[in-house]
Formats: sequence, structure tokens, C-alpha cells
Amino acid sequence: MTDVLKRNEKLDVVNILKDLDKYEPRRRGWTWREKAEDQHLGQFEFHEISKSLTNSVPLPPAKFMENIDPQPMQTITTEIASGRFEDDIRRMRMGAWHGADHLMVIRHMGQSHIDGLMEGTPQGIGGVPITRKQLRAQRKAIDMIEDEVGRPINYHSYVSGVAGPDVAVLFAEEGVNGAHQDPQYNVLYRDVNCVRSFVDACESKKVMAWADMLQIDGAHNANATAREAWKVQPELIVQHAINSRFSEKVGIKPENISLSTVPPTATPAPCMYLDLPYAVALREICDKYKMRAQMNTKYIQSSAREATVTHVMNMFISKLTSADIQSTITPDEGRNVPWHIYNIEACDTAKQTLIGLDGLMDMVELKKDGPLRENARELKERALLFMEEIVENGGYFKAVQDGFFVDSAKYPERNGDGIARKIEGGVGYGFIFERDEDYMAPVTAHYGYNNVEQYGGDPKDPAALIGGCTFEDRSKIVYIDELDEDDCVDRRLEKVAKYRTGDVVTPEVEWCGDRVVMLTMMLPVNKRVAEAAAVELGKKLGLVDPEVISAEVMQDAEGTRIELKGRVDFDIDLTTLEIPPEPHYLSDKELYDEFEGHEHMKVVCGTVGEDEHSVGMREIINIKHGGIEKWGIECIYLGTSVPVEKMVDACIEENAQAILASTIISHDNVHYKNMKRIHELAVEKGIRDDIIICAGGTQVIPEEAVKTGIDMGFGRNSHGIDVATFLAEERQRRRGEK
Amino acid sequence: MKRADDFEVRRQHIANLTDEELYARFWELTDQVVDPLLELGKKNTTPSVERSVLLRMGVSSLDCMPIVNHCMDHGLMGKGCGHCVYKLSKLENISIREASIKLAKGEGWDKVVAAFKEGK
Repeated sequence: MTDVLKRNEKLDVVNILKDLDKYEPRRRGWTWREKAEDQHLGQFEFHEISKSLTNSVPLPPAKFMENIDPQPMQTITTEIASGRFEDDIRRMRMGAWHGADHLMVIRHMGQSHIDGLMEGTPQGIGGVPITRKQLRAQRKAIDMIEDEVGRPINYHSYVSGVAGPDVAVLFAEEGVNGAHQDPQYNVLYRDVNCVRSFVDACESKKVMAWADMLQIDGAHNANATAREAWKVQPELIVQHAINSRFSEKVGIKPENISLSTVPPTATPAPCMYLDLPYAVALREICDKYKMRAQMNTKYIQSSAREATVTHVMNMFISKLTSADIQSTITPDEGRNVPWHIYNIEACDTAKQTLIGLDGLMDMVELKKDGPLRENARELKERALLFMEEIVENGGYFKAVQDGFFVDSAKYPERNGDGIARKIEGGVGYGFIFERDEDYMAPVTAHYGYNNVEQYGGDPKDPAALIGGCTFEDRSKIVYIDELDEDDCVDRRLEKVAKYRTGDVVTPEVEWCGDRVVMLTMMLPVNKRVAEAAAVELGKKLGLVDPEVISAEVMQDAEGTRIELKGRVDFDIDLTTLEIPPEPHYLSDKELYDEFEGHEHMKVVCGTVGEDEHSVGMREIINIKHGGIEKWGIECIYLGTSVPVEKMVDACIEENAQAILASTIISHDNVHYKNMKRIHELAVEKGIRDDIIICAGGTQVIPEEAVKTGIDMGFGRNSHGIDVATFLAEERQRRRGEK
Repeated sequence: MKRADDFEVRRQHIANLTDEELYARFWELTDQVVDPLLELGKKNTTPSVERSVLLRMGVSSLDCMPIVNHCMDHGLMGKGCGHCVYKLSKLENISIREASIKLAKGEGWDKVVAAFKEGK
């Protein structure tokens, strides 16, 4: 691979699509993170961090901590599948920079019922049509992205439906590193015939074992489907066990078998009390296998905040027990808008939480008696009894037929509302054929009876009969580019070509040029009225198709918090856009020369008005925070709630050359009024031309501040260096040097 | 089926098991559940299993479905679709790919059927 990504250049999707017929994946199999040999980062000693990335976006507070970006040990998953794989590629890059190393692509709705592989690059609904071309394009891009961030990235999708074995072969050939595979999922939720589903699963798993892929099961869906999710815990253990053991016996090594486990409950239930014993019981029973900690999605509503808290609490359980992979189902699942920003938020939530809890278990431990142990034991017993009844009742298929699974009662109680599937029924029923004595399949990783000896073949290497199959000889793979001239990536890219020139930009939530924006507002009316009013507001703002995606009651009569999405109907022309110059700073030497070498400077400073905020001002002046004292400026700090008159009087008394006023409160524009008053007082007292007046605060806009008559305003994120640079240059200007 | 929670009654025979014994018993039962499923996979095949075999033999995904359909029509699924392709390639001394293209078009099946009948 010669293509190298550059930090400040967009990933060129058009280039990715070139020469895909010749692309070969660089490796097979799953890769775990490696523990960092040196657990020191910045000023801190960590306890369980993995190797750092070469390129990443650290958490926001990192700027106060030498920009460190510690990475937890857990693999972090993000699901990216907007329907257009070409746009997902860019999101994958963003995700990787935020710490994701397990990129999961959900399949196009209905693909699990398609008998055979899909080809080309049609647009998907609810996911991405998984095809050879799409896989190659994404895997090729991910190769470049993993080089850029400096950590292997696991690529993942689904081996399920009536084309499971076909898809497994495709994945093995195309460097897919992990996949969901669980025949129970097909049976219960896709109504694929149960016998067909398990026969297919044998082949799929055999192929996955050859490709060294990590397998994730589908048991968590019982949690998402059951009426009262906290009651299905015994069944969840049973489902996990069936798929795991079945997979192991087909040939997948235990360390490549991962449970997809969910804390079943969410607040306002006392979820930790219910979910922790379950997590402990499951991990003790399934101790041979890996844990992919999925987050609870069943109860997510449309509030991203609520979903994030659930995510964090779920990760607390991961930390108290164990997790090899930490899922980050996007917190927007509740409103079904898979947007770039939510993938990134969720990755950051995972990283923040897991790093925040670094070393926790060195300090605390789970109790070895009491309700935790008692409840865990009870769950294990209930699961065992469930398994026992499956055997007594006549085996797995009979149990499915009799509605054993996804019953809403806590086993052994039964509500009689389980999902029942007939042994002789469902999709693919009637398409199961017994192998004859001379049955043969001259390929690698084929499960079950295979008579290659009849042709003198070696049972250990059946593919040798044909000189190797595609697993030995990639040149045998038949690459198909496109099947539909209209529904393909090239047509879609043509429509948004202008956005790749760099000349125009428009908002984007998931697809290039989708123009979607979201507005958050509080409308002081009840929910029904607020929803209607918000849509009207969107229309008046010129939004196309405004739609309320979240409404939360503040108080029935007093107000509703609304999130509204809609599309703008314009682009921003970047060729004529005026971009303010980057802030410029004088060097330490220049500042020392000005304030120590050239002329001493004294300033009076304080927070004006009736305002007790002091942090901002102290940051600006205090030498410890990189404040202006550092360069020799003498600061007379007058404190908080200083009347503006006192500021000006102190300036005169101290014979200072500048006033620095901090003004945080902005209600009724009082901050600008105070600035204007300082300026006027200085004029009245005849000192205006002799002093420099500056004001700063989080709500200060420099241009507006200057309009009040003062010399400069400093807004959010201003630092001592900004103020010192201005003071130095303003003095130089007044001396006529600039 | 509706049933009240009879956990306390049902658990009598496992109540005194140690955690280790419970673990062993659980996995023993799991084996009993999954073993018959594994046997089914060994003895049977399906259109998707056969398509996956054809793919690995270097057959175009577009040809897999028609080959499997013809194979079912000719009652040859028990032999294996890959086997049919292999058979024709031997009979006509052509490549696997060439044989697959013929069979996908519906050509050559009589030869394959006859060969299996004659035990060639």
C-alpha cells in the first residue's frame, strides 16, 4: 500500500475506489490491543492502558494535561452503516481518531433473506448492502486509516440469514476480522428454518475458524425483544452457552468466541443491583470465552444525555467484572438517526469512562457474600434448569417449537408469550438435503462429511483436488464490479462532486451534501404545542422538512426541550468566505523585551459589576497559569465585584498604564455597558489617551467590545499570551513603532 | 405454556451442588443440546452451504444460484454442487470455471447425471 493519509487532507474516496479488482487484504484474523510497556503518560501513572496511538483526538480536557490521550485495554466498537459506504469511510477515519478499533457494518435491511451474495454498490436502507466491492473499498481505506492512527483496526459485519456460508466465505477472502454469527438469531428473529439455520451455521463457523475471525453472538437480542428485559437473564445465559459451545465444537477457538452481553436493565430500575449479579454469573459460567460488552439499547429513548448515562453505567459493570470489547451503540439509537457526531461522542464516552476508571479494581473488590453472590448463584441455577428442560423436552428444535425462548417471565416461570418457530417451517424450510455416500466438496474449511478419497483426494486437504481453492489461491476469486449502472457509488459520487473540490461546504450528518442541521431549543409551552411550534420555527428559518427528533418535558406547562432537525437549502461558498486570521502571538523573547527590557508596565485588574467570578481573571494574570505576570507585567488585582469607578480611580492612584476588566455576567448586555462606562470614566478623568483598556469574559465578542470604546475585548478561550501580545503591540503602536 | 415460578421446587436436586459441580453440570447439559445439531451439519447440506463451496472453487457469485437450482432440479444435491462442477470439468477436460459457466447456463447436466448413474 503506497497511499498515505495526511492529517490535514480529506480521505480521497474516489482514489479508494480505483483498482479494487487488484486489492488484497493485508492480513486475516482478529487483533487485540497490546498493553503499553510504559504505563506513564504525561504526569500520570496508569495501570491498564494499551499502547498509544500515533495520531488521535484526545478528550477535551487533555489540553490541560500535555495533550495525553491514554487508550484503554478494551477494544472499542463503533457501528457505522449509513446506507452509503463511501460516506461511512470518512466516519470510520473520524472514529479511529477517537479510539475505535472495531468498526462494525450493519447490513442492509432485508439482506439476511437474500439467497446469495449481493454485488456492486447499491444504496442501503437501515444499513449497508455488504458486497465484495464495498468490503474491499472499506478494508482498503481502513488499512490506510490504521497506518495513520498506528493501531490495527478490526473490520466486522454479519454472517447470518439464508446466505450465511456464502457471506462467511466472502469475509474470509476479503480480510474481515470479526462477525456476528448465531443461528439462534436467524431462528428467533428472522424466522429462518431452524434446521437450515444450524446446518448453515456449521459451515459458516468452520469458515470463520479458518479465517481466525472473532465471532460475536446474538443473544443480546433476547434482551432487546423481551417484554421485561430484566426477566430474561437465565435465558440469556442459555443462549450464550448454546452458541458458544456449538461454535467451539465446530472448530472456533474459545478465545475467538465472544459473547455479546448486555446489562439487561436500565434506570429508573435499580439496574446495578439487578445487572451486576447477572454479569458475574455469566462471566463465571462462560469463563472460557471473551466478553463483548454491549450497551443496553432496549430502553433508550431519544435523549442523548440519558443514553450516555446508561452507557457509562453499563461500562461501570464492564469495569467491575470484565470486558474484552466495549460496545458503543450510538446514543442516538432511540431516535434512529445514525449521525457522524454520535459515533464520535460514543467513542469518547467509552474512552473517557474506561480511562477514568483505570486501576479501579486495584482499590475495590466485589463482595464474596451477600446479595451479589446469592443472586448470581440463583441465576446460574435458573439457567441450568432451563438447559435441563430443553434436554428433557426433546432437544433444541423442540424447545424452539414449544416457545421456550424469549418468554417474558423469569424462568422457570412462563408467560406463554415466547417466540415459537416450527421445525417444519420458516424461510429456507424444505431446502435441507442429506449428503450421499459420494458427496464431495473439494474446498478448504468445509464442515462435515466430504468424500474426496473417491478421487484420490486427501481428506486433510480437500482443495488440493482442484489445485487449491480461493483460500489458497486468490486469483480464483471472481471480482464483480457493478450490476446496476444507476444504483451505484459512481452515480452517487457524481451528484456530490462539488463538495469534493473544496470550494463549497454544506452541513453533513451522515451523507456528503445531506445538508441536515439540528437545533436545540427550549419552548415555554407544553409538549404538544412545542412540537408543532418547533416545526413552524424551522420553516420560518428556511429549513426544509423540519422534524422534531426529541422532546423532553421541563414542566408540563412551563416548557419543553426540543431538538429539531431539518435541511438547509444552500451551500457556503468557500472561495469568497472571509476567514479571520489565526490569532498571532509575540514570542516570549519579544514580550520580555517589551515589558522588562523596554519599559515596565503596571496594570490594574478585577472583575467589574456585581460579579464574584474570579477564575478567568486569575488565569489571565497568574504566572502559574501562563498569565501576563510571566513577562514582567505588574498586576494590581482589585478582586471581584469591583465598581467601574473604582477601576478607573485605582488606575490613576497606581499610575497604571492599563485596565483589565473581567466581566462574566452578560444578562441584559451588562458586560458591554460596563466596558462603555469604564471608557467614559477614563475620558471624563482625562486619562483615556494614556491608558489601555481591555475587557474579557466568556460572553465577550471582541468586535462588540471594541464598539464600546475600549481598546480590546477577549472572549472564551483567551489566555495570558493573547492579552500580553495585545498590550505589547498596542504600546508599540502608540509609540509609533508599528 | 403458562407456569408459575416453581424454582424452589425444581432446584431441589441442584441446591447442594458446589459452584464447580453446577458449572460442570451446566456444560454437560449444553453438550447434550448442541451435539445433535452438530451431527445434522455433518450429514446434511443446503443451497447456501453449496453456494459457499462453489464460491471457494472460484465460481462467480452470479453463477452459484443457477448451478444450485439446476442441481436441485436434477436431484443431485446429495452429491454436492461442487462435485457436479468437478465432475463436468473432468468429463470434458475443461477448467472448473469453464465447467461452472456451462452448468450455470443449464448445459452439461445430462452428462453429469449420467456419470453419477454409471458411477464414473
